[in-house]
Amino acid sequence: MKLPKFKKKTVNEAALSFTFTRRAMVVGGLQAGIGALLIGRMGWISIAENEKYNLLSESNRVNLTLIPPRRGWIIDRNGRPLANNRTDFRVDLIPERMNDPDRTIRSLAHLLALKDEDIQRIREELEKSQGFRPVQVAEKLTYDQYAAVSVRLPDLPGVAPSQGFSRNYPAGAAVGHLLGYVGSASAKDYEERKDPLLITPGFKVGKDGLEKSFDRELTGKPGAKRVEVTARGKIVRELTTRPDTPGNPIKLTIDAGLQEYAGRRLATQSGSVVVIDCHNGDVLAMASMPSFDPNSFSDGISHVEWEMLSKDDHVPLRNKTLQGLYPPGSTVKPMVALALLEAGISPMDTVSCAGAIRVGNTLFHCHKRRGHGSLNMRGAIAQSCDIYFYQMAQRIGMDRIASMAHRVGMGQKFALPFPSQSYGTVPDPAWKLKKYNQKWQVYDTVNATIGQGYMLINPLQMAVMAARLATGKQLMPNFLFGAKRPAPAPVGVEEQHLVTIRDAMSAVVNGGGTGGAARINLPGVMMAGKTGTAQVRRITMAERGGGVRSNASLPFKLRDHALFQGFAPFDNPRYAIGCIIEHGGHLNRNEDAPMIAADTLSYLFDQAKAMEKLETLEKTWGGTPTERQARQMATFRTAKAIEKGEAPPPEAANATSAANVAEGSNSSAAAAADDAPPPPGAGAD
Amino acid sequence: MSIVPEPLTHFPWRVLGILLGIAFFGTLVLYSAAGGSITPWAINQAVRFVIFSGMALGLSRIPLELFARFAFPAYGAVLAALLAVELIGGVAGGSQRWINLGFMQLQPSEFMKPIIVLAVARFYALLPVGEIRRWNAIWPALVLIGVPWALVLVQPDLGTATMIAAGGVTIMFLAGLPLRLFVGSGLTLAAIIPIAFSFLHEYQRNRVLIFLDPESDPLGAGYHISQSKIAIGSGGIFGKGFLKGTQSHLDYLPEGHTDFVFATMAEEWGLFGGVLLIGAFLLLFRWGIGVSLRTPDKFARLVAAGLTTTIFFYVAINLMMVMGLAPVVGIPLPFMSYGGSSMLTVMLCVGIIMSIERSGRRRVGRHSNWG
Repeated sequence: MKLPKFKKKTVNEAALSFTFTRRAMVVGGLQAGIGALLIGRMGWISIAENEKYNLLSESNRVNLTLIPPRRGWIIDRNGRPLANNRTDFRVDLIPERMNDPDRTIRSLAHLLALKDEDIQRIREELEKSQGFRPVQVAEKLTYDQYAAVSVRLPDLPGVAPSQGFSRNYPAGAAVGHLLGYVGSASAKDYEERKDPLLITPGFKVGKDGLEKSFDRELTGKPGAKRVEVTARGKIVRELTTRPDTPGNPIKLTIDAGLQEYAGRRLATQSGSVVVIDCHNGDVLAMASMPSFDPNSFSDGISHVEWEMLSKDDHVPLRNKTLQGLYPPGSTVKPMVALALLEAGISPMDTVSCAGAIRVGNTLFHCHKRRGHGSLNMRGAIAQSCDIYFYQMAQRIGMDRIASMAHRVGMGQKFALPFPSQSYGTVPDPAWKLKKYNQKWQVYDTVNATIGQGYMLINPLQMAVMAARLATGKQLMPNFLFGAKRPAPAPVGVEEQHLVTIRDAMSAVVNGGGTGGAARINLPGVMMAGKTGTAQVRRITMAERGGGVRSNASLPFKLRDHALFQGFAPFDNPRYAIGCIIEHGGHLNRNEDAPMIAADTLSYLFDQAKAMEKLETLEKTWGGTPTERQARQMATFRTAKAIEKGEAPPPEAANATSAANVAEGSNSSAAAAADDAPPPPGAGAD
Repeated sequence: MSIVPEPLTHFPWRVLGILLGIAFFGTLVLYSAAGGSITPWAINQAVRFVIFSGMALGLSRIPLELFARFAFPAYGAVLAALLAVELIGGVAGGSQRWINLGFMQLQPSEFMKPIIVLAVARFYALLPVGEIRRWNAIWPALVLIGVPWALVLVQPDLGTATMIAAGGVTIMFLAGLPLRLFVGSGLTLAAIIPIAFSFLHEYQRNRVLIFLDPESDPLGAGYHISQSKIAIGSGGIFGKGFLKGTQSHLDYLPEGHTDFVFATMAEEWGLFGGVLLIGAFLLLFRWGIGVSLRTPDKFARLVAAGLTTTIFFYVAINLMMVMGLAPVVGIPLPFMSYGGSSMLTVMLCVGIIMSIERSGRRRVGRHSNWG
């Protein structure tokens, strides 16, 4: 009954209906085809490329954070730590993840009770930072502070609290220049090495001193922590942790107790002490004071503290033992005397000192205006008579003296694990011609024999000179405990001559000489040594006429350097020492080079007695260096607060020495040389 | 006949079963996407599904003639709404695509997707048979499609505009326009694309290139596609397991509960889940095409096939986008993506197709528009 109806329809309509059916099938087929295509595509992604996408998904999900390796300890010869690590909670900022630095810093300042100067430092570092490098907010936090920041992390983008280790120097400032300090790697370091460890918060590299030289050995292998993180960087959970491998310890020849003692014994002075083992050249102590506290440097030093240190005229930022160059003054006289002996001059030959001598057309004075009278070599060394050496040196000529100076280590650059080292000058005719294109003059020889003029030395070299005079061996300073080295070459002098020199040096201390303050009151330990005074200003004829101005009346920077080199016991030398007090001016016997040197050496023979003396003395100086520095800091900060922008000179240290001027020492050798050319860049700073 | 009463046997069990299966799966995925919580998405989606299913069943009771009669007025109304939205948006100084209904935000462009099918189908149903090969059969349809297409395109909403055009053109194809028109247009388009590409700005070209190679810019414009492919690819054959997807739970996958819900699903259910889901959709399309083939009425069969194709476009465009075969255009996956508008539209389509199925059954042996 339906068919007849269809037959009535036109061909067109039937065709159209047929077309629809056919095309609907095509559409349906296309849909099925695309469905199959999609399944195929999905299969390709999820089966053929499954491995690739699994990896990508894992690298999305898992964040690998490096755990900074604990730094190797630096220990002294007895295994006592000079630098170790302390567990510590810290907070850093990752600049590129911060969106509102001001607000973040404000909340951190509130949570961690940050000081204004810390906030200032953080802001400055943030400005300089390159985005990827973390900026330290605070270290050594308590657990409560750490927790307070940690729970607020969602509101503090870019803040990274962490638990780690920080460098700790138990002896504080006493080891500042010896060990250097550590700090975050600089942007330049990172650009050069591209090591992701360098930008890991909490990772420190050695910045100075031994920390820098032994950085490779001290740096261990980092550990790694795998954590699951969201796309926004929020940590969901920890997956696995591989612990770090700490760096290797470095064992030094330093005696921690002696090092700290020397640092404290330098009192309020700007000076340095180096102690060398006469058996092998091991450096037992190398102190330069005042010093920065490496603990606060490693924490990221505050702006105010830095300013205070860099403005201090006692230059706490300079390592005086290696970078300080001073005219050695009369401390070279034993060396010159040895050169005289080697040149055939008898120790019994005498010179008559009348207080002055004319060389060429210039009058050279002895430090003792009235003169010493007739003196042989022993007396000349003991009394530090300048005239004796003026006359004798002219007999043998500068070249022989310079040769001896070189052999005892003056002007020598040692292979030391320190980033920089100034090694001074031993002038001779050839050197002067080359350097100044001038002929060597007799007065140059005269100046050099009393350690003035062009001659320069650093405190380490002075200790080496003492050790070589004591032993007759060319000992080389060494810092690594048990380091293998060749047997030292001999200085190349007759033993008999050395005995003469040691005896004369003992007379300086024990025989009524200029170094009486260096006497050690221990049975069987007789100190031998030589005092020295290095002038940093020219004394005019006019001034000499009216009386040379006393050091106490001079400003700090114009006062003489006080020096001492020596060894003990004098007849069987065990330890040698060099000590320089910058602008000490021999104003205070307790804080003068001879007594500091003697006390420091006595620590090695009778620790208890030495400590007792130091503690008594320290009371008059206002406590340990740490206490004094804290007080100085407080004063400086107050002064800064009062006169904003204009910094008054820190006076805490000077005031103390001024108070002690009354006890002024007179046991010094005041080398007087009218025409001494101004020492090239030395001493005066 | 059987002992089961007729209303029950005629109830559209099969299609409802398919929809229920897909929607249940979608709800599970949303439950996981929320980190194992029925709030905020899964519960809403389930409630909506129930409401819209009821609406679809209600629609299926409406006689087909009513849809035919109201095709043009409805088209006019939606077009007016589109214009209104455009004007409001212009006044408000921003691009606004929706009208807030309180419980959901309604996009008129969304309604245009089924309505364009109804309107174009209505046009061809009214067109005298002899006219089909004439120019008169082409331009009115092009106008019907072109105006809403242009309005939606300037919103701008490339995805929806494409779907409107595709739905209308499908009806034109099914209505029996000469095949050479489509082949010709297709070839012309293919020829124009490279030329058009050369006229594009640098940044527009970059966008196209990034679509072609999303890994070249994994943190920028290619981020969505890259992360979506990572989610699908890392799922493997059987997935990482329910509630164990990392891409979605750790927020690497953007829009993991809306446009990219398929990637969320694929990460946890793998290829297995994908095949099941695509299979279920193909069953739905087969049902729709089947209805159109069984219906004698010209309007009805065009509408049934057209609406099925509209649903198909949703699924195809979304999946192609998610799998990196199409640019990111913001077309949701029906029943899976969280959101009311798309489910409402698709349920409208399903309801109308069900109505066609009903009326076809009623009309068996009776008058036919073709006849």
